[in-house]
This record gives sequence, structure tokens and C-alpha cells, in this order.
Amino acid sequence: MGVELHKDLLSSIGVDVERHAKMMGMGLAGYQAGFMSQPNRPKAMAYFDWFMSEIQAERIAEINALKAQKKPAVGTFCIFVPEEIVVGAGGACFGLCGGANPPIADAESELPRNICPLIKSAYGFKLQHTCAYTQSADFIYGETTCEAKKKTWELLGKHHPVHVMNIPHMKRERDLKMWQEEIKEFKEHIEEVSERKLSLAEMLEGVKVINAKRDAMKRLDTLRGMHPDIMPISGKDALFISQMSFLDDPKRFTQKVNELCDELDVRIKEKVSVFPENTPRIMVLGTPIAPPNWKLHTAVEGSGACIINEEGCIGHRYFKDNVDIEGVQSEDELYERLMKRYSKIDCACFTPNQGRTDKIIQMYKDRKADGVIYYTLSFCHTYNVESHLVTEALAKEGIPCLVIESDYSPEDAGQIKTRVEAFLESITFKQKAEVFANK
Amino acid sequence: MFWGVDIGSTYTKIIGIGKEREIVNMTVIPTIFNQDKIVGEYLADKEVKMLVATGYGRHMLADSHGAPVISEIKAHAKGAYFFHNDVKTVIDLGGQDSKVIKMGDDGGFTDFRMNDKCAAGTGKFLEIAANRLGLDMQTFANAGFEHDKELTISSMCAVFAESEVISLIAKKESLANICYGVHESIASRLASMAKKFVLNPNDCIVFSGGGALNPFLHHMLELKLERKILVPEHPQLIGAVGAALSGFEVVN
Ligand code: SF4
Ligand code: SF4
Repeated sequence: MGVELHKDLLSSIGVDVERHAKMMGMGLAGYQAGFMSQPNRPKAMAYFDWFMSEIQAERIAEINALKAQKKPAVGTFCIFVPEEIVVGAGGACFGLCGGANPPIADAESELPRNICPLIKSAYGFKLQHTCAYTQSADFIYGETTCEAKKKTWELLGKHHPVHVMNIPHMKRERDLKMWQEEIKEFKEHIEEVSERKLSLAEMLEGVKVINAKRDAMKRLDTLRGMHPDIMPISGKDALFISQMSFLDDPKRFTQKVNELCDELDVRIKEKVSVFPENTPRIMVLGTPIAPPNWKLHTAVEGSGACIINEEGCIGHRYFKDNVDIEGVQSEDELYERLMKRYSKIDCACFTPNQGRTDKIIQMYKDRKADGVIYYTLSFCHTYNVESHLVTEALAKEGIPCLVIESDYSPEDAGQIKTRVEAFLESITFKQKAEVFANK
Repeated sequence: MFWGVDIGSTYTKIIGIGKEREIVNMTVIPTIFNQDKIVGEYLADKEVKMLVATGYGRHMLADSHGAPVISEIKAHAKGAYFFHNDVKTVIDLGGQDSKVIKMGDDGGFTDFRMNDKCAAGTGKFLEIAANRLGLDMQTFANAGFEHDKELTISSMCAVFAESEVISLIAKKESLANICYGVHESIASRLASMAKKFVLNPNDCIVFSGGGALNPFLHHMLELKLERKILVPEHPQLIGAVGAALSGFEVVN
């Protein structure tokens, strides 16, 4: 793998090269054991396997080459970032991996223990200097979606430049207006970093690139989840692709996802499934599943079920809406369209948030799923509290649902497996009982 | 013979049932290293028509003996139904976890709840407290009946609860009262998990797992849920019975 090749670059951007190599080794070994060993994977997964092997090498070199031309590099934690603007400026917008357990202990030297592992993980990477993406970022984009994040930016600002966008928690007229202002200010910040003005045409081009990426991901989502008998790709692989959508170059990524989809089209025609017939189809809801947090998917697909979609931000919530740029003539119009698109995000930080529940139920029916797992990270209060309302609504619809709260530590992997297995047993029992009753 | 093996975190339970679904063999051994081998040796000279594994070590047995596995939830549901076929709710307290299972009418379960990875609300919690007081489980449990003050342990976490116990000792609270506090804490956790499933006042509730051997906990749970709770004769074997039965059903 290329990390060795790029050693000088990595240390020049302040990466603790030795510690980094150790962590990467662990990550890659985990990937090889968990992903590459799956039977009958689509051939087009080869690209994503390659990307994983170069995740902290080749891609980092690409990003730093852009930076050398004064193009912005923005590290993010949330899908509220108007990445269209960054991409329009020719730069790169990338998610910072907050799914690993090892940095958490370091983070706890500055952050309280009882906040979500996602923040602690990402913060720990900064303290340890072991994430080349974090080190490459001109600034880290923060938003005010939850208390823990909001306050963390103030601390993180001591270690790295941060730009915070104020995301409202309600979607009334006045909130949306403020939001639009925030988008404009974000663009001005990008101009500061790039040391030049950004044209409307450039931003529109950025929108087109990201719209195309979302279209490709929607296509993949449909192919993996809409055919009741054929699951042409594992949920694990599809999750991984979602996770990589936050790191890869958007144009190349779009092309590769579409190539994969072409192959899946053929698989569906030829009825090639990576799971046996009657495998229970599970939808996953809830908090973002940042790489390398593969715990839940491993437990579920290792217990004889298939995950057919993730409702989370690393998943459906990220790509469900596009920015409509029909007839846009001015920058202000574009900001409004961007705001409109982003305000459709049904993050649990909003109140009220009924739209999310409605979407989940509709999705469950469309996909002919067999059950739902509501996954939340410990101390993610928004998703945890909202789980009560969502599960209540699911129960009313007779949709089987299991709630799992967990963090990144490996200790509860066995317990999660037990719960998942029991959940699957109850689903199959229900199915059998229904067949019996209908006889 | 149809065998059910429940490899728990502390004990491994082995049950053999015969042609008439009667229990023929019943063994409890401590869980140690290489438990699958020990189980294999135990069964070596016995007739094995079917072997089904459950419990946290179930996959070990699946790997080494090719035994089919069922989850503890399914096993406890089946086992409890075998002894009481009007059971509506099963409360199981094991060494490392606790669960509440809602039953359908025909021996299958329809829903369940389980503690998350925290040790509070599990048998471990009682064990830590008993150790702290230098008592064995039985003495510890029985002491609760003698309490004259309703102490409460407020901490959610087993580690902090232990330090709460220590501070109660330092305050010279009586053994019986401390014992009450510890049991009260577990019982209210189990009860709040169970409340969602216990709807009808006459529904039959079965208490299973090693925790059901504790008479004071049983008593406290009845107080909290305000109803009678049945404890089958060998509550800690319920999971193994369920595993054996599910093997029996497959073959017959
Ligand atoms: S869950 Fe909400 S705050 Fe978190 S990444 Fe998604 S949109 Fe952002
Ligand atoms: S996972 Fe939840 S608690 Fe953590 S940063 Fe996202 S919204 Fe906040």
C-alpha cells in the first residue's frame, strides 16, 4: 500500500507517522477480514478495496496537490456542509473518520466521558495526529446540531482552524432565513481560504457534480434494496461505499458507483444474490455510522440477515435530495436553493421532526423490509430520545423493531449478536405464524 | 436423546431429554477455558440424536460440533413455556445480562428487552455487592428479609454502586439494610424493563436464570410488579431445556 510512498508528505502535514502506520495496519486488517472475505462480491468492489488500501495515502496526496494550488480542503462531521461550494471552488470536502475506538482514550483527556463516541473519536484523532485527513484540512467545518458538538468546536479551535455554521433547530421562516445567511457566509469563508472570488458558474458546476454523485448513490440504494428476492450486494459493502462517499473525489466516485450499478443491474437480471432465498431484510435507522464502525453490520449479516439500507446520515439521509438549480440567475437564488435542499434533512436535531418517522414507514413499505434496527450511539441524545417516538409509530404499524445502543468498544459485540439473533428468530417466527394463520 | 447445552458466562448447563419430552439428564458445570471440549467429553459416551447450543458460548459449540444454535431469548421462551404453558412474560436474570421476554400464545416470543452492556441490573451486580460484604450469595440474599430500613442505591453503574455500598458500610448501616438496597436496585431495574410487557393483572410471569434462585430478589420483584411470579424448579436450567426442546421439535 502507498502509505510508505507518501511518508514524507504525511510527516510534512504533521501526521505522527509511526502511530499512524500502526492504526492503518489495524484498520486494513479489519477490512480484509470483514470485507474481502465475503463470497461472490461484485467485481466492481475492486475499486473500493483499492481505495481503502490507499485511503490515507494516494487520496491524501491528491488533496494536498489541490491545496498546493490554493484550492480549499474542508474536513467535516456532518451533512449540513454545503459541499457544492467547496467542490465548485475546485477543492475537496471530506468527512473525518469518527468511528474508531483507539483515539477515544486520548480525547477523554480533554472532553468529558459521557458524550458520543463519534465526537470523541474524531477529536482524539486530532490530538494524536493520526488522521491524515484532519491534518490536511484548511479548516474543520463545525455546526451547531447538538450540544456536544457545538461546545467541542470551541475546544477543537485551539488545535485546528474551525468554521462554525449556525444550524437552526426549527424550520420556521425566520430560521430558514438565518440559515441562508449562514450559507452565504460559508461561501465567503471559502473565498478567504482560496484567496479569490468564486463565480456563480463555478458554484453551479459544483452543484452538478454533487447532484450526480447523489444520483449514483440513489441508484445503488434502489438496486440493493428494492428487489425483494435478490440482494446483489451485501449491506456491508454498500455501507462501506456510503462511508467512502465522504472521502473520495466526487467525479471519480460517481463513475465508479455507476460502474458498480451496471454490474448490479446484470446481477438482478440474472438473479445473482449474495444471500440465500428468504434472507430477512433489515433496515437500519439512526445515528451516523462513521468508518470503521462496522460492528452492527457485521453482527447482522453474520447472523443470517441482510441490511438493505441505512436511513442515517451515512446513508439515505445524505443522498435523498438534490439541489434544484433550474432557472437560477443570481447568487442569492442559489443560496436559497441550497438552503431549501439542506432544510429537507430530517436530522433528529430538529423539532418537530415528524417527517423522519413518515419517511421511515414509507421506506419500510417500499422496500418490503422484514424488520428495522434503530441504532444509536451512546450519549447521542437527539437520536436516543427520538427513538421512542419512532418505535412507537413503528409498533402502531406492526413493524418489528429492535433498538440497539452501543459505542465503539468491542466488549458488547457478543451481546449485540445475541439480540440480533433473537430479533431475527422473532421475525421468522412471525412470518411462519402468518403463513400458518393464512392457511 | 436430545441435548441442550447453555454455555453461560459462569456456568454451563446440560440437559438431555428423551422420547417423551421427559428430562433424563441434568448437569451444571462451571464455565472455564475450552468449554466446547469439556462438553464434547461429557457427551462422548452418550447417545446424541440432536445437540442444540445456546448461551453466550453457543457459537463455540457450533464451530467445534456443528451444533445448531438458538439465541438465549428463544431458549428461555421455549423452556419457560415447557413448564408453564400459560406464561405471558419471562424475566431472566443471568450472570452478565438480564432480559424480559414477551410471549405469544403458542410458545414463541413476540418481543424482548435486554440490558445494554452495562453491568447494573445483572447477576454480576449482586455478586460484586456480596463479595464486598464478604458473604456468599445465599446468606446475602436471605439477609434482605431482616431489613428494617429502606435504603436505596442511587448509582446506575455497578462500579459506582460498589463504592456506594462501601460508604454505607462505613456509615455503619446494617448488613440486612444494605442487602435490601442492593436488591431493591436490581428489582426496580428488572421491573421497569418488564412493565412494558406485563399488561394483564392475571398474566403468568416466570422468573428464570440463576437470579431466580435468590428468594429475596424474587420477593422484591413481586412487590415491584405487584403480582405473583412463578419460579420453576430449576430456573437456571430453563435455557438449556429450551435448547433441547427445539432440537426435539426439529427431529419430531
Ligand atoms: S445526525 Fe444530524 S448532526 Fe449528525 S451528521 Fe447527520 S445531520 Fe449532521
Ligand atoms: S452522533 Fe449524536 S451526539 Fe454525536 S455528534 Fe452526532 S448528533 Fe451529536
